[in-house]
Amino acid sequence: MPRFGAGYNRRDFMKLMGASLALAGTAGCSHGPLDKLVPYRNGPAEQTYGKPVFYASALPRDGYGVGVLVETNMGRPTKIEGNPQHPASLGATDVFLQASVLELWDPDRSQTVRRGKSIATWNDFLGTLQSPLADLAARGGAGLRILTETITSPSLAAQIHSLLERYPAAKWHQWQPINHDNLHAGATLAYGEPLDTIYRFDRARVVVAFDGDFLDDAPGFVRYALDFSTTREAHAAPERRSRLYALECTPTLTGAAADHRWPLRASDMIVALRELAAALGATTADSATTSAIPAQWMPSLVADLQANASASIVTAGRRQPPEVHALVHVLNAHLRNVGNTVLHIPPVVAQPKDQQASLRSLVDDMRQGHVQIIVIVGANPVYTAPVDLEFARALEQVPLKVHSGLYVDETALRCDWHVPAAHPLESFGDLRAFDGTLALAQPGIAPLYDGKSAHEIVATLAGDAASGNRELVEAYWRSAHATDFASFHETSLREGVIRESAPASVTPQLRREAVERAVSSHNAQSDAAAAADDIELVFVPDARTGDGRHANNAWLQELPKPLTQLTWDNAALLSPALAKRLGIASEDVIEIGTGDERLDVAAWIVPGIPDRSVTLALGYGRTAAGRIGNGRGVDAYRIRASDAPWIRNGITIARTGRTYALACAQTHHSIDGRDIVRTYTVSEAQACKPDVCGTPRYRDERTLYETPPMGPYAWAMSVDLSSCIGCGACTIACQAENNIPTVGADEVRNGREMHWIRVDRYYEGVVDDPRTLFQPVPCMQCEHAPCEVVCPVEASVHDAQGINVQVYNRCVGTRFCSNNCPYKVRRFNFLRYVDDVPGLDAQRNPEVTVRMRGVMEKCNYCLQRIQNAKIGADIEGRRVRDGEVVTACQAVCPTRAIVFGDLNDPQSAVNRRKNSPLDYALLAELNTRPRTTYLGRVTNPSPMLASFEASRHAPEPPPAGAVDTRPPSNR
Amino acid sequence: MATDGGTLIHPSGERYVAPGTLVPPRGERYTGAIITDKIADLVLVRPMGRGFYIGFIVTSAFTLLFLVAISYLFATGVGIWGVNQPVAWAFALTNFVWWVGIGHAGTFISAFLLLLRQHWRTSVNRFAEAMTIFAVAMAGLMPILHLGRPWFAYWLVPYPDVMNIWPQWRSPLIWDIFAIATYIIVSILFWYMGLIPDLASLRDRAQSRTKQIAYGLFALGWRGEARQWFRFETAYLLMAGLATPLVISVHTVVSLDFSFGLVPGWHSTIFPPYFVDGALYSGFAMAIVLAVPLRAIFRLRDFITVDHLSKMAILLLVTGEIVFYSYVVEAFNAYYSADAYEIAMIKIRYFGPYAPISWSVILCNVLIPQALWSGKLRRNPLALFCLGMVVLLGMWLERFMIIVASLERDFLPSSWHMFYPTFWDLATLAGSVGAFAFMFLLFLRFLPAISMSELRKEAREKPIRASA
Repeated sequence: MPRFGAGYNRRDFMKLMGASLALAGTAGCSHGPLDKLVPYRNGPAEQTYGKPVFYASALPRDGYGVGVLVETNMGRPTKIEGNPQHPASLGATDVFLQASVLELWDPDRSQTVRRGKSIATWNDFLGTLQSPLADLAARGGAGLRILTETITSPSLAAQIHSLLERYPAAKWHQWQPINHDNLHAGATLAYGEPLDTIYRFDRARVVVAFDGDFLDDAPGFVRYALDFSTTREAHAAPERRSRLYALECTPTLTGAAADHRWPLRASDMIVALRELAAALGATTADSATTSAIPAQWMPSLVADLQANASASIVTAGRRQPPEVHALVHVLNAHLRNVGNTVLHIPPVVAQPKDQQASLRSLVDDMRQGHVQIIVIVGANPVYTAPVDLEFARALEQVPLKVHSGLYVDETALRCDWHVPAAHPLESFGDLRAFDGTLALAQPGIAPLYDGKSAHEIVATLAGDAASGNRELVEAYWRSAHATDFASFHETSLREGVIRESAPASVTPQLRREAVERAVSSHNAQSDAAAAADDIELVFVPDARTGDGRHANNAWLQELPKPLTQLTWDNAALLSPALAKRLGIASEDVIEIGTGDERLDVAAWIVPGIPDRSVTLALGYGRTAAGRIGNGRGVDAYRIRASDAPWIRNGITIARTGRTYALACAQTHHSIDGRDIVRTYTVSEAQACKPDVCGTPRYRDERTLYETPPMGPYAWAMSVDLSSCIGCGACTIACQAENNIPTVGADEVRNGREMHWIRVDRYYEGVVDDPRTLFQPVPCMQCEHAPCEVVCPVEASVHDAQGINVQVYNRCVGTRFCSNNCPYKVRRFNFLRYVDDVPGLDAQRNPEVTVRMRGVMEKCNYCLQRIQNAKIGADIEGRRVRDGEVVTACQAVCPTRAIVFGDLNDPQSAVNRRKNSPLDYALLAELNTRPRTTYLGRVTNPSPMLASFEASRHAPEPPPAGAVDTRPPSNR
Repeated sequence: MATDGGTLIHPSGERYVAPGTLVPPRGERYTGAIITDKIADLVLVRPMGRGFYIGFIVTSAFTLLFLVAISYLFATGVGIWGVNQPVAWAFALTNFVWWVGIGHAGTFISAFLLLLRQHWRTSVNRFAEAMTIFAVAMAGLMPILHLGRPWFAYWLVPYPDVMNIWPQWRSPLIWDIFAIATYIIVSILFWYMGLIPDLASLRDRAQSRTKQIAYGLFALGWRGEARQWFRFETAYLLMAGLATPLVISVHTVVSLDFSFGLVPGWHSTIFPPYFVDGALYSGFAMAIVLAVPLRAIFRLRDFITVDHLSKMAILLLVTGEIVFYSYVVEAFNAYYSADAYEIAMIKIRYFGPYAPISWSVILCNVLIPQALWSGKLRRNPLALFCLGMVVLLGMWLERFMIIVASLERDFLPSSWHMFYPTFWDLATLAGSVGAFAFMFLLFLRFLPAISMSELRKEAREKPIRASA
C-alpha cells in the first residue's frame, strides 16, 4: 500500500512539540530581516503567480535522451509533456517519463550523503577523498574505476575522458542490465563497427519484426510508434498503409499491433530469419529443415517484401543474439532498405563497448585486488549484475567504494560512501536521442536534497569540487561553441533541442560472408543445444519498472502491464498449453531452475506465448528500492547469468504447491462476442458506408427530459483504435495531470484501481494465439448520461459544454452512478487513498481538486485545461481554436490515437473523425449518446493469408470463458 | 392478587401453575380478564428467566458487534467492505432490501388484513408490527451506512439550505427516502395507536410506581370510554387505510432503485410486483419464525393457534409461487427481448460464478417451500419454523443475487470483477440481525406481544377455548 502512514508515535510527537516550543521561544529573539527582502510583487521573469511555466529539457530513457517540456507550478515540476521539436518525442512521451515527476518527489529518495550507515556531509566526503586522490595522482590513477550506466551525454563523456587522460591507469566501465550489446555486436559483425540503426517506419510498407520491440522499449520507440501509426491509422492513405508481420515469443505491443502474428520461441528466431533470408535469396545458405515460419506465411512474406523492396523493414528485438541482428542487416541491405527505411548512424552512446565484458573485467580486477577506489555513478550492479559474476562479493575487495544514485539502493548499502544524485529534473546536462540528436537538459527545480549530478562527481574525482553542475555542462558547450555560445545556449535551451545536431547517416560496407559464417556456426551450437522437451526462459525488462530502477514508483507499479494487465508484481508468463501439460494454474508458485540457480515465482498464463517458453520480467524483488518497491515480485536477476542474459535454454519447472495472489487489473479477458472493439480489414473499411458499418451513434428518441441548453462549445473525443498500440501512457499521464491516487496491490485485487482512463485488453480467437485488441476507455461524457439521473444529490451533472462533471463537494457516495455507468469509468474513493506526505503533495496539479474518501471521481476531459484555453480565448476575444485544448491523455499519446475538440466547429479534427463511417459509439444501443467515440480498428492482412488466418481465428467468437485464463481466486 | 404458599392465586380463582401460565380449564373459554391477565402478566409479572438472559446477552453481543462495525466503518470508509468497481453495492443494499421486505408482512397483516376483515390477524398483528418497525429500522440504517460520506446523508432530504440546492428528484434514491421515511413513520404511528388501550391496561395493572408512570405517560390518558373507543376504532381504521398502500408502494419504490438502472438483471418492468411479493414472502417467513417460538415459550398456543400458523403458511405458499413465477418470467423476458446482455445475464446468473447462490435461491425459495402444499406440514409449527428460516435465507440470497450477480458482469467484460464479502460485511449483517432480535426481546419484555384489547373483542365474538 503506497500509503505513508502518519508515522508519528507519541515519542516523536513529544519531541516535535518540544522542538517547536523551543524554536517558538527563539522566534522572539529575532532581529528582523538580516538581508534585504523583496516582496513578491513582480515575480521572476516569465513567472506569473499561479500560472505554470514550461521548461524545455531532455530526460534520459535507458541513457538516450527524450526531449520534454517540464511543467512547473510555482517552481515545482508537476507534469512532463513531450517536446514537439525533439525527434524522439514529437510531443509524446512514454510511461517512464510521465512517472519521473513522482520519482523526483519520492520521499524515499536518498536525502543525505552517507558514510556507511551514518549521515555525513559532502565536505566530509571531499575530505575523505583527498588523500586517496592524491595517492591516485601519484600512481597515474591505477586502481581507480568508474562504473556508469550507458552514457550519451557528450559533456559527461568529455569529462570522463579528460579524467582518464589525467589518470591514464584508471578505467571507465559501463553497465546497464538492459543494454545494447547485442545490437552493437550485430552491427560490428555486419559492418565492422558498432553502428546504430534507426528506422523510418513512416516510409515502410512492409515490416517484419523478429521478437521485435520497436513499439515497446527500443530506443526511440515513442517516435517509431508515431511513424508507424501514420501508416496504420484508420484513414491512412492506401499507398501509405503498412503491413506488419510479427514473429515473437513474449506477447508485446508490437505483436498486438501486427496484422499477422506468429508465436515463436525466442531461441528459434534465428531459424526463422535464416529461412526468410534463404527464401529471399539474401543468403547462400540453404534453408534449415525445421520450419519456424509457417509454410503458408512464406509466399506472402516473400511477395510482400519483394514487391516493397526499399520500402520495407526487417527488425529484431534486442534480446536476440548478435547473429540475428547481423542477419537482419543482411536482409535490409538485400531488400535495398538501407538508406531508405533503415538508416545507419555512428553510435549514439559515448562508448559503444560490450557492457557485459566491461563489467566482467571490472569484477575480475576487483577480485584480484587491482581496484582501490570504485566510483559507481547511477548504476546498481549489486542488484543488476549477472548472478555468476558475484559482483557484491567482488565489491567487498575494494578498499574505497563510492556510490552516487537517486536511492540508497542495494549497491549503496554495500559502499563506504553514498552521495545522493541530483534527479534529471534537478540538473543541467545534455543527452543524445536515439537518432543522435542532441538536446540540452535544464532543471525544473534546484536539487531538493543537495544531490550531485554525475558531472559533479566526475569533476570531484578530477580535483574540481568547486564547479557546479551548470558550469561543468556549460564549459563543454562553451568550448564547442566558442563564438556564438550565448545565442546557441539560449536557443538550444529554449527549443529543447540543438539544431541540426543529428548525425548524417552512413552507408557502411556489408560483410555478408562474415555474417553467414557466424550465423551458421551459431546455428550449429543452437542445434546441438536444442532438445525436444527443452523449455527456454526469456528475460524481458519489465514494462513498468524497467530494469528495476522504477520499482519505487507507485504510478508505474499500479499501471497495468500491457497484455497481462498485471500490476505490482512480476510473474513467470507461460502458454496455456505448457501450463496444462505441467499442471500449472495462474498464481501457482513454480520453481524455475537454471543449472545451479533456483527461483520461486508465481505463474501467469498468457495466451500467445509459444509452447516451451517462459518469460520472466526483470526489475522486481528489490530489497532496497524504498517503501513502495521493496519486496514486490521476485528478483529475476538471481537466475540471470552472463552466458545467457536474455534467453536461457533448458530450464526446469517444478510446482511448489504454493500460490501467490497477483493483482490483475482485468479479470475477464475474452470479448465474449460483444460489439465492443470493431475490427475491419482494409477492404472492409473501404467499403464502409455509414449505413453499412454498424449502428448509428444514437437514436433520436423522444425523451421525457428537456435537452439541456448547449453552450458555445461541445467537447468531444475520438479514439482511433487502429492507431492505439495499448502502451498505457494515457493512463499515467492522466494520473499525473489529475492527482489520481494509487491504491496498492491489495486494492487492485479488490477491483478498486482509480485510473480515469484505462486501456482494456481483449482476446479474440484461439487460446494459443488470439488476436489482441486494445481499447482506451475514458469517460464517454454521455449526452444522456445514465449516471446523472440516479444521483440523488446532483453531484453528477451536465455542463453547457457537454461534459458530465462530478461535483466532489456535493458527492455523498451512494455509488449509484457507478452502478448505472455501462462503461464503468467512474472511480470511487473507497478508502482514504490520498497521502498527505510532504513532498508528494508538491507534485500535485494545483488546478485539480484532491479528492477525499467516500467521493466518486471520473474523467472530465481535463476540464482545467479546457478552462485555461477558454480564459485565454476570452482575453483575446475569440473562440477557442481547434487543437488549442489538448487533454493529458491526448498530449502523451505516441500515436495520436486520441483527438479532442469542439463538435460545434465543423472543421475541427474531432468532427472530421466523427464523420468517418468507421466511427462508432461504444454500447450505442443503450442510447447514452457518448461524446467519446471510436474509430474501428483497421488491419491490413495479406490476402494470401486470408484462409490461413481464418482457419486459426474462428470466425465465430469463442464462447464465454474459452479464453478465460483468470486465476481461481478471480473466477 | 394473593399468594398461597408461593403459588399465585388469581382473584377469579384460577391458579397459576407457574407465572404467566394461567389457563382456564381445558375446553373452557378464555374470558376477557384471563386474556388480559395472561398477556399483561408476561410483561408485568413473569420474571426474566435464564433463557431470556441468555438471549439478551447473545443479542446484545451482536448489537455491540453491529456498533463496532458501524464505528469502524465511519472511521475508515466503505472500503472495509468487499465492495468494488463494478460491484459498488453489495451487502448493505442486500440487507436493506431484505429488511424492508421483512417489514412488509407486519403491515400487511395488521393493515391489509384489517381492511379485509380477516379476524385471525388479531393474534399476530402486534408482534408482526413490532417486527416491521425493527426491520425497517435496520433497513433504514443500511443506505446511510453504505454512503461514502454518511455524515452528509441529510443532503438527500429536501431542506432549505443556503446554497439553494435541492435533491435530484429523478433519482430513485430520493423516492426511497420518502418511501422509507413515510413507511417507518406510519408504521410507528399505527403500532403505537393500537397499543394505547393495552398500555392503559398495563398502567392499571402495574404495581411499581415507575411502570405506572411510564405506561401511564404512553397511554395518553386512555380510560376506555365508549367515546374513546369510537374515536380509536375510526382512527385505527383510517391508519390502516393509510398503511395499506404503503405495503405496495414502499417496495415498489425500493425495486425502482434497481429497475431504474441500466444494469442487465435490474432493468426490468417486472420488478415492482416481483419485489413487493418477495417482500411479503420474506415477511411472512419472518412472522412465522417469530411466532413459533413465541407461542411455545410464552405458552400462547391458544392465542396463536395452529390455524393462525397455517393461514400464514398459505400466504407463504401463495407469495412463494408468485416469486417462482417472477423468476420464470425474468428468464423468459431475457430471451424474449433477444437482448444479448439480458440473455447473457440470465446465463451468468445461473451458470456463472454466482451460480451456487442462484441455485440456492431456487432451492430455498421455490423447491423446498413446495412442501407447504401438504396440509399436515402447514400445521406443524417446527416444520414451519424451519421452512421460514429457509425462506429468509433464500430471500436474502435472492437480493444478493439480483444486486451483486447482476453488477458483477454488465456490459464491458473488461470491468467484470467478483465481489467477496469481508469480515465487516458479515459483521454488519450478523450485527443487524442481532440488533433486530435485541430490540424484539426488549419489546417482549416491555410491551404486550399480542393485542389484549383486540383479542378480548375477538374472544367475545368467537370464543377462544383452552386446549390444554
